[in-house]
Amino acid sequence: MDIVNLTIDNKPVVVKSGTTILEAASGVGMHIPTLCHMKLDDLNIENKPGGCRICVVEVEGRRNLAPACCTDVSEGMKINTHSMRVINARRTVMELILSDHPFDCLICAKSGNCELQDLAHNLGIREIHYKGEQSTYREDTSPAIIREVDKCIMCRRCETMCNEVQTVGVLSAINRGFESVVSPAFEMNLDHSVCTYCGQCVAVCPTGALTEVDETGKVIRALSDPTKTVIVQTAPAVRAALGEEFGMEAGSLVTGKMVAALRRLGFDHVFDTDFAADLTIMEEGTELLNRLGKHLAGDKDVKLPILTSCCPAWVKFFEHQFPEMKDIPSTARSPQQMFGAIAKTYFADQLGIKREDLVVVSIMPCVAKKYECGRDEFKTNDNPDVDHAITTRELAALIKLSNIEFKSLPNEDFDNPLGESTGAGVIFGTTGGVIEAAVRTAYEIHTKKELPRLDFDELRGMEGIREATIDFDGLPIKIGIAHGLGNARKLLEDIQAGKSEFHAIEIMSCPGGCIGGGGQPYHHGDAGILKKRQAALYQEDKNKTLRKSHENPHIIELYEKFLGEPMSEKAHHLLHTEYFDRT
Amino acid sequence: MPKIKLAENTVQLIKDICKEFENKESELINVLHQVQSKLGYLPAEVQEVIAKELKTSVAKVYGVVTFYSFFTMIPQGENPISICMGTACYVRGSEQVLNEFKRQLKVEVGESTEDGKFSINCLRCVGACGLAPVVTVGEKVYGRVAPTDVKKIIAEYRNH
Repeated sequence: MDIVNLTIDNKPVVVKSGTTILEAASGVGMHIPTLCHMKLDDLNIENKPGGCRICVVEVEGRRNLAPACCTDVSEGMKINTHSMRVINARRTVMELILSDHPFDCLICAKSGNCELQDLAHNLGIREIHYKGEQSTYREDTSPAIIREVDKCIMCRRCETMCNEVQTVGVLSAINRGFESVVSPAFEMNLDHSVCTYCGQCVAVCPTGALTEVDETGKVIRALSDPTKTVIVQTAPAVRAALGEEFGMEAGSLVTGKMVAALRRLGFDHVFDTDFAADLTIMEEGTELLNRLGKHLAGDKDVKLPILTSCCPAWVKFFEHQFPEMKDIPSTARSPQQMFGAIAKTYFADQLGIKREDLVVVSIMPCVAKKYECGRDEFKTNDNPDVDHAITTRELAALIKLSNIEFKSLPNEDFDNPLGESTGAGVIFGTTGGVIEAAVRTAYEIHTKKELPRLDFDELRGMEGIREATIDFDGLPIKIGIAHGLGNARKLLEDIQAGKSEFHAIEIMSCPGGCIGGGGQPYHHGDAGILKKRQAALYQEDKNKTLRKSHENPHIIELYEKFLGEPMSEKAHHLLHTEYFDRT
Repeated sequence: MPKIKLAENTVQLIKDICKEFENKESELINVLHQVQSKLGYLPAEVQEVIAKELKTSVAKVYGVVTFYSFFTMIPQGENPISICMGTACYVRGSEQVLNEFKRQLKVEVGESTEDGKFSINCLRCVGACGLAPVVTVGEKVYGRVAPTDVKKIIAEYRNH
């Protein structure tokens, strides 16, 4: 390994050759500003077009300034990261970017969370010397994502996520010069494209060009309608991230405060999607064992591996890109939709009200959930099982709007019956969690023995594709895990080619799983935040007395009183679904 | 965008061209060149076939088609007229030449005449700057073109 000696702002630095100036500087505590550049370390994701020129530095002996993000260090380099020349160049670049940027910061959805705004502030821009044409591109609204292309600075981060990481291929830079924008093919709207609404473009956009559809207004309206009973469910990953919106350390578990906040917002019952996650395990785990049993009995028609189906972006992905495989994923609905279906039947009956008078709101780390709850198959007489899905960020906005001092809230518990959950439901929020939860239940149902251990470290981690073999008391079960749709694609292509030996595969669209969802507090390029959220969920699992879905007493009661047994006709009607060829 | 149905032999033609370039994504520009030279233009449906064959996204293909002014999604006239707007031609008056073509044919850049005989496009340098301003009609190159020559050039093709 070659070593390079250089100085950065007069400090001697020793780094490996092949290190960029940006990385070398950050190693000695000099944080060179960047805008287009983004690197998510543990996930192997990098966007490095070298396009914005904000990160330029002065290199002694070099005629022009060097972009730090894509210039490698060399022996004896002398670098100045904040000389007069550098600062002037950065300000000029920023002014040029802003000369074509709408001046609606005060009312922009991204205000306060905008990297462009922060950078303009840090560079002390007080005047823009360049006046010229402003782009006026139409707004594109889909069920989940809004594109306001006028605010695009062509950093290409969304393109990297959409093409390289997710391999969805909806977004590309089109046209030339002043006319260039990031757009779907033929400038069609997102809702006509093969967009999965995974929201990873939203998660990385440094400006307000890509945001989620804001549904907080609808929630406020429902809460203030005296004729409606309004209940809420919270997805597992939300509790591990919501605190960040209130200045708390990444990885802070705020389950109790979140429940307290929701109660103060006026929800009549505060329930948990984790309950529905436990229910998902009962259905999906049973389906896995059924298919496996048939396979072992020599049935050639049975489809294996079974693929998880909790993630709406993943469902839309295979409906568009692998429609011939639509009978392989589990037919189990996602936890969000299982919750909605049970709430509007079982729970509405308990309250003695009509489904139309019950409003189900879900708090999700995800923007695709907005699209999912609008799918026709999840409606009865045009009334959706889940009325509104809002993101973690939107919940934070609602809490701030309602003058609730989040950090000083007491810890409160979820309501029953749909608020009780096990540790297995909690870990649904991270990559590997759904399959681990399924293993805990499927093992005990299949072997009729108690699991000797509950923590399956071999299923955990951040690697894009993982695999493990779990011993079901003499029967080796081969499990695959993929997060990020590009990784999912690789496993799907193996299945297509007949090369897959897995019995079950868990797939999550977002890198890291739901903890890295498109609706979570912005990570601003710090992948370490996702790891902390992941650790928080495993901690919450450990803290639980019950850690296996089939031991959840309210799940047992739900089957006894209402559903019968897993995969029963009623369960099938309410908790399973079908998929469509969208090509 | 109006959908057109591509004839089966057109689809086969596109596939063959892609195959000539080993269905490599890196050959996208060459493929687009060849296909446009055969079909005259690159409508959305053609781009969809190319994207599929080269295993890339149709957004990427559209991105390349809209980046290069040479590529067009509008059908060309029987006699495609291109006026060079490169630096040398421009300073020697190609804009006036272009305006004269637009005036005589009553079409804008990128459009075809109603009878489908002519279309006008701009291009950037054909590598004959010594002949500036340069106009090409199909494969034929005209040098040192003045606005007063435009009528004569059009007439050459009008009655064919």
